[in-house]
Amino acid sequence: MQLSRDQLLSAYRRMRTIREFEERLHVEFLSGTVPGFLHLYSGQEAIAVGICEQLDDDRDYIGSTHRGHGHCIAKGVDVKAMMKEIYCKKNGVCGGKGGSMHIADLDKGMLGANAIVGGAPPLALGAALSAKLLKTGGVAVPFIGDGAANQGTVAESMNMAAVLKLPMVFMFENNGYAEFTAASYATAGSIEARAKAYNIPAVTVDGADFFAVYEAAREAIERARNGGGPSAIEAKAYRFWGHFAGDPQRYRAAGETKELRENHDCLKIFADKVTQAALLDQAEMNAIDVEVMQLIEDAVAEAKADPQPDPESLYKDVYVSYN
Amino acid sequence: MPIKTYREAINEALRQEMEANDRVIIIGEDVAGGAGGSAGGAEAAGGVMGITAGLATKFGRDRVIDTPITESAIIGMAAGAALTGMRPVAELMFADFIGVCLDQIYNQAAKFRYMFGGKARTPLVVRTMIGAGMGAGPQHSQAIYPMLTMIPGLKVIVPSNAYDAKGLLIQAIRDDDPVIFCEHKSLLGDSCEVPDEPYAIPFGQAAITRKGSDLTLVGISRMVKFCNEVADRLQKDGISIEVIDIRTTSPLDAATILESVKKTGRLVVVDEANPMCSVASEIASIAASDAFDYLDAPIKKVTAPHTPVPASPTLEALYLPTPDKIEVVVRDLLEY
Repeated sequence: MQLSRDQLLSAYRRMRTIREFEERLHVEFLSGTVPGFLHLYSGQEAIAVGICEQLDDDRDYIGSTHRGHGHCIAKGVDVKAMMKEIYCKKNGVCGGKGGSMHIADLDKGMLGANAIVGGAPPLALGAALSAKLLKTGGVAVPFIGDGAANQGTVAESMNMAAVLKLPMVFMFENNGYAEFTAASYATAGSIEARAKAYNIPAVTVDGADFFAVYEAAREAIERARNGGGPSAIEAKAYRFWGHFAGDPQRYRAAGETKELRENHDCLKIFADKVTQAALLDQAEMNAIDVEVMQLIEDAVAEAKADPQPDPESLYKDVYVSYN
Repeated sequence: MPIKTYREAINEALRQEMEANDRVIIIGEDVAGGAGGSAGGAEAAGGVMGITAGLATKFGRDRVIDTPITESAIIGMAAGAALTGMRPVAELMFADFIGVCLDQIYNQAAKFRYMFGGKARTPLVVRTMIGAGMGAGPQHSQAIYPMLTMIPGLKVIVPSNAYDAKGLLIQAIRDDDPVIFCEHKSLLGDSCEVPDEPYAIPFGQAAITRKGSDLTLVGISRMVKFCNEVADRLQKDGISIEVIDIRTTSPLDAATILESVKKTGRLVVVDEANPMCSVASEIASIAASDAFDYLDAPIKKVTAPHTPVPASPTLEALYLPTPDKIEVVVRDLLEY
């Protein structure tokens, strides 16, 4: 696998954008300016970006989770419209009616963040079925946490995808915790083995290693596009924050998140690899960092300044028509 | 008498019933929290809102059971355990998640006794959090009790204050039928006088929270608080409002509502749920049917609109019934 310089720069920019977006939101949330509940993706960027960089806007779909901001950014949803949505403002990508847990952008192949754990995999089956019947060559990718892995919907979806040979990649993100409960307690056996039990090819990769995710995703997407049916990837992931912004994380040992940030930071690992291989130099990435910081700064400022939704929008879009 | 919050009252009811009967167990996601965690596995949450805090530490993890995120298995396991000798209190974290596990409630637990020829007892309690007011969006904010109220075999409880929450939950745990206990997330911090000793409030007995003679306001869950506020405001203008807290939607205390309407001749029902096929519709229907001759004005409903709950706090405030909206309807009706 050889990525071009442009591909590498694009991947880095997306990962850095997610990190900056989330770290800034954490600060904003604690200052009390962000409504509702917020679940941050910091630490897991290489997973969303490692697969979504290989997906097309117009024919490939992803289904997301309550921890969905990173998936949205990786799939190309407009960062400023996302920020406005999280602030529940008029020009948010869902008009302020969805908020953080429901960001969706069908034009970008983004089927929605989802506040129901295990809500997305059956919907992704549908997107894969459409792709198969409409012969678009498209692929559907549900993101599934280690918590959601235990929902019946996930087992049902893997079986159905295998039976119908649907073009899918089940992208499991095992960040070690379902809310406040460890995967070691709540998730029996292995996720990879569960997929294999359905005869779905499955691999486990280090989700902090962009290149490992990218390569596993490349094989899986190629298999799906070529009629080979579904694949599964279990990415070991590292959740830098708690279940939600403001979670005191009493279930975690002191220093655990510090250790994750020091030794499992996908951005640091990416930068080390590309500089050591002389593929990119640090100055290029630093320049991207500056641009991304400005983008997020502007996104927050514009979101704060954006008007509240129009009162009449409360009643709009319950139906296409209703008579 | 001691003052306790709604959250504390629920916790106390659970603790006292667990002390009284070792068959009472709690099952749910993060009802203890921390299992398997790097901090050593000690209780770390006590529910996402802290309602079950301390119970795992006191009673142990065999009786306060953290589960995977798997609502069908949680509710089904609790229903099966109830059928076979335990008295489980299952927690469905947000009522919206009922979509994942409705079969276990609707086709299974609710029907056991009837379809098994009266041979089953299912002392199951499902505690669940309802309601808007936290900007939590379309899948974490719904008031879903109407769809449960229409299911024969279930009892549906909607406490509006800490005192009722404790007494109704104790009744729910002691009850031999499946009970859905709907806790309003925007009431968790509200407090009132709550006795230390255990007490049970029977189902199907509404409370009259304000005595009055000019108009009857019937409230459900958090809306009772708003109804009381409106009654207190109007009292200053010499208007006498009777407020009824139905406390349980199934069984429904129609007699108390009818008696009040026959006295006042005017009825406004206030309900946070969507308006179609709702508890408010049912109450209006009962009054129209059985108190028609006593009515001096049309029956009015103040409800959420027929829309999902928007995430935007601005739109959510428009979505919800408020004291101001209720007052406008009440004043209009008094002039009818």
